[in-house]
Amino acid sequence: MTIHDRSALAATAHAADAIAFRLNGADVALGDAPDSRLSEVLRASLGATGTKVGCDAGDCGACTVLIDEAQACACLVPVGQIAGRDVLTVEGLAETAIGAALQQAFQVHGAAQCGICTPGMLMAAYDLLRRNPQPGERETLDALGGVLCRCTGYLKIVQAVRDAHRFMGGGTIVTQVEGPSIGSRLARLDGAPKVAGSERYGADSAPDDALWLRAIRCPHPRARFTLGDLDAFVAARPGLVRVFTAQDVPGENSFGIYPHLKDQPVFSTGETRYRGECVLAVVGEKEAVEALSIDAFPIAWEPLPAMIGSAAALAEGAFTLHDFVPDNVLTRGRVERGDVEAGFAQAAHVAHGAFETGFVEHAYIEPEAGYAKRIGETIEIFACTQAPYMDRDEVARVLGLPLESVRILPSACGGGFGGKLDVSLQPMLAVAAWVLDRPVRCVFSRIESMISSTKRHPSSIQAKAACDAEGRLVAYAMEGDFDTGAYASWGPTVAGRVPVHATGPYKVPHVRNLSRAIYTNGPPSGAFRGFGVPQAALAQESLFDDLATAAGLDRLEFRLINAIRAGDTTPSGQRLEASAGLAECLEALKPHWQRLLADAAAFNASEGRTRRGVGIGCMWYGIGNTGMSNPSTMRVTLSQDGRLTFWNGAVDIGQGSTTVLTQIAADALGLPVERFDLVLGDTALTFDAGKTSASRQTFVSGRAAEAAAAALRAEILRLTNAGPMARLALEGTSVTVAENGVVARIDLAALPAQADGTVLEGIGSFDPPTVPLDSMGQGVPYATYGFAAQIASLDVDLDLGTIRLNRIVAAHDVGRAINPMLVEGQIHGGIAQGIGLALMEEYLPGRTENLHDYLIPTAGDVPPIDIILVEDPEPLGPSGAKGIGEPALVPTAPAILGAIRHATGVTPRQVPVLPHRLWELLRAKEGRS
Amino acid sequence: MARYLRPTTLEEALALRAQAGETPLALLAGGTDVYPVRTHKSAWFQPFSRDVLDLGAVPELSGIQHDAAGTRIGATATWSALAEAALPPAFDALKQASRQVGGVQIQNRGTIGGNLCNASPAADGVPPLLALDAEVELTSLRGRRRLPLADFVLGNRRTALEPDEILVAIHVPAQPESARSTFLKLGARAYLVISIASVAAIIATDGAGLVSDARIAVGACSAAPLRLSALQARLIGQPAGDLAALVQPEDLAALAPIDDVRASAAYRRDAALVMVRRALTQLAGKPMEAAA
Repeated sequence: MTIHDRSALAATAHAADAIAFRLNGADVALGDAPDSRLSEVLRASLGATGTKVGCDAGDCGACTVLIDEAQACACLVPVGQIAGRDVLTVEGLAETAIGAALQQAFQVHGAAQCGICTPGMLMAAYDLLRRNPQPGERETLDALGGVLCRCTGYLKIVQAVRDAHRFMGGGTIVTQVEGPSIGSRLARLDGAPKVAGSERYGADSAPDDALWLRAIRCPHPRARFTLGDLDAFVAARPGLVRVFTAQDVPGENSFGIYPHLKDQPVFSTGETRYRGECVLAVVGEKEAVEALSIDAFPIAWEPLPAMIGSAAALAEGAFTLHDFVPDNVLTRGRVERGDVEAGFAQAAHVAHGAFETGFVEHAYIEPEAGYAKRIGETIEIFACTQAPYMDRDEVARVLGLPLESVRILPSACGGGFGGKLDVSLQPMLAVAAWVLDRPVRCVFSRIESMISSTKRHPSSIQAKAACDAEGRLVAYAMEGDFDTGAYASWGPTVAGRVPVHATGPYKVPHVRNLSRAIYTNGPPSGAFRGFGVPQAALAQESLFDDLATAAGLDRLEFRLINAIRAGDTTPSGQRLEASAGLAECLEALKPHWQRLLADAAAFNASEGRTRRGVGIGCMWYGIGNTGMSNPSTMRVTLSQDGRLTFWNGAVDIGQGSTTVLTQIAADALGLPVERFDLVLGDTALTFDAGKTSASRQTFVSGRAAEAAAAALRAEILRLTNAGPMARLALEGTSVTVAENGVVARIDLAALPAQADGTVLEGIGSFDPPTVPLDSMGQGVPYATYGFAAQIASLDVDLDLGTIRLNRIVAAHDVGRAINPMLVEGQIHGGIAQGIGLALMEEYLPGRTENLHDYLIPTAGDVPPIDIILVEDPEPLGPSGAKGIGEPALVPTAPAILGAIRHATGVTPRQVPVLPHRLWELLRAKEGRS
Repeated sequence: MARYLRPTTLEEALALRAQAGETPLALLAGGTDVYPVRTHKSAWFQPFSRDVLDLGAVPELSGIQHDAAGTRIGATATWSALAEAALPPAFDALKQASRQVGGVQIQNRGTIGGNLCNASPAADGVPPLLALDAEVELTSLRGRRRLPLADFVLGNRRTALEPDEILVAIHVPAQPESARSTFLKLGARAYLVISIASVAAIIATDGAGLVSDARIAVGACSAAPLRLSALQARLIGQPAGDLAALVQPEDLAALAPIDDVRASAAYRRDAALVMVRRALTQLAGKPMEAAA
């Protein structure tokens, strides 16, 4: 036997203690402590960072590897058990025929989005395919069931796995297309490193001499704390370098999305406001930081009474959380049009109800990670983010530096969904690296990510809707309180966006929509795919089902009668000029709706304790910021040596902007996609494209990319005196311009160059035209809107209250699908998150702070999805395109709730509809009847 | 400093177990419970510093043997090994449970012995083994003893394992040839889910189609999974085709479910009743309305 004393182990392998095994066919030996996790050893000691760590608890499967040809979570395997074994990781996959075929299939099917789960998925799939190269669907789901994906909704992954056998011995990936790139199912341009495991996420690289930082966070929803002798504590522990507190921040010890709401401290100052708030940061050698025990740390907590939930913060006698908001109401939003009382007075049918939703966690599979490095009087931050320019501004403010002294280098981003719009570890990393003048890195654990990061706002919505005898909507009124938690984050955005959208995509003459964002001692609620609109849609769509029933109309017909169309005016007083395709979506759904209704009726004809139901939900979604400027600038250049470069500051967090924007630029320039070199999201090199949020990158940055490429093309045509239809080609350092058999040539090498070698460039900007909302919410909040309608069919087990989804049919007006495969991927992923919102996701501080207790949909929870793409072009958009990221999620939960009601006759007004909640509703109904 | 001990014989393992001081050695087999606990503690700066006894290389703890006299399941048999083992239909419940624990990654690594020693109220291995009348074999330098499983798993995270003992194997007595079994698991999603409630049932019949043996256990509805003895007794001698109708709410009176993030106590109690009925219906060969 072997007995290892960890104190005797050095970093290098001693012959006696070395653990030897085979990694991807090569012999390796290492001196790590034998209870080290295999995942950690692979990544830290062997540099094989293709294996990702998402939870360190076997809950997400991101670290799946094969050990002696069987899949296992590397985070649960002590490396002491690996001696003599064969370990296969994603890095070794390409050398196997099945693995290479799988990687190809993932690319062709668009099975990787952010890519963070991809290595784990590939390994789980490889384990399956090695035993059965052509697996059935159930078998595939069983094999992949242990790997969570938050982006794709799994369907394309399952397709790719089942289709991989066709790529044995090669096969082609579409990376270029004949003719226009727009509209083609081009494989992701950033896909290859994702399937190879070579993509660099926030935790995958840092300077060798980087110190490690860990935050100490408050375990109470509200507490006072006192610190003891930190210097003595550090001095007594070799390897620790320093503890950072609020006093160590060179600039402002605060951050926040809005310039006037920098209310969240980098390091807390005396009183904390939520469980998970950062109090201080410990920096040192990794082992020393990891060995820290909170019991020994000189900090004393005094828990204080906390306000949990909006009602507590609004109650008589509630204390004030932030002095500048005595009543705890951070913001109010309002949209008012017509005379809502008169509207209700003239109505034939009125419906009303109260609706509740809870905190929802983004659950991106990549916990926050990155490093900061000081270079003279500047600082560089490499970290996962959705908003590099906002990060730059926050860091500059915290360090007291000019903006140009801060450079943000976004890592690959393993999912965001709104949760990586706010800074997380960037400010504290910056402070530590700046003060110590040494690189400092940090990797959040899953639990730290969940307790500290923003959430979807819990909502309490009271709403009332009315229609006339023919089923035409006449009035809608809602009041929604949104629990914005301890700090403002994106609370004002939610409070602003909700009233605009709360009536849904319908013509309603009399409207009064009021919202409030309420400070509480909950985690900060921020941006999460939809900014409050999914919560508002749950209430509104449910009430419209009530009205349809009351008016004796089919639920789809009711929506069609009331659908807002081009030429109509919104409750914000905006006339929709074009691209309002809801009616077309509903028309396209009709045959599916009728078929699924008939199917449900036939199923329910037999007596049984399982009932089938079909529901429908619609949505609209304003693309970009609400009534405020949100420009993007893009640049396309040709250099002296013949390089064509797309300087693209938009961050691709998996949604596909790198591919889509290049497709747009390629067609606008007239050169193929594969000729482009890409420079992505580096604040020192690219222009500000704005944040990756609000479904804006395709629409806003797409237009900027189109304009930049068109400007370069115009310059080329001008130099050659060619007309607009000329064909361009790039060969070596010469651009040829052919028109009517005449070929002109530009020798790039002969042109005068800028410092970076650029000889020709096009720069394009776009800022969607909006008009700020007035005090009644009137204006032009968005330049364009996405529209969608979805149907859900499901079965309810009346005895257990469980739900099985049969099918979702999704019709989306996207203006124009630049890349239909990526659009489908967004819709699948949005629907999966909508399923989670409807049926299982509920973040409870202190109780569901891991992916074990906080449930997100697995591969077995997403039903078949039929997608219908409606392309009602938006004149302002690039080739008519609008956004799709958030629209995909919004209608899903309403459709599911409608289907539950159709199946059972009970109306859930609280999500998630957990089995026991539905059972209670069913029992109450059966008790009554 | 914490030590990592990986003995290669049971004798060595027992000696190490016996030598441990006040803090018993942390037992490690598949790691699927040990490491998540470490992760949780570490998030709040509670570093793991106990000595670890890795049982993965002890041959006496491994393997699954089945013969006419009964079945021996080594404590370090994995869920996957159980699912793939050639065992009679009385073990179907255990095999079905094995395929529903975590994902395949967990099934390939997690062990049945670990599941019993971890003693979660929702442990999916316990109800099928309770239904199988399993006994655990515990060994220490002081000797060997066997305990009925119900006397081993005592409560939430509580077992009868002494600090110097190791769970060596699970012994299942020979089952009636006609015994059939099923396992129903209720969770809020398809994979990677902790049971809200679970039921394992074994029914054997005589030549006339009457129940000769009935063993039913419910998981996640009490501090430790429970057998429903009164119900079992009442089912004996009944025609196997119509057992579900005989199940009454009082049969589950011994359960003591709790409210937690997964479900309410009232729901658990009712769901367990539904699932017991369904399990019996399934074993009677009637078509199932829907799997739990």
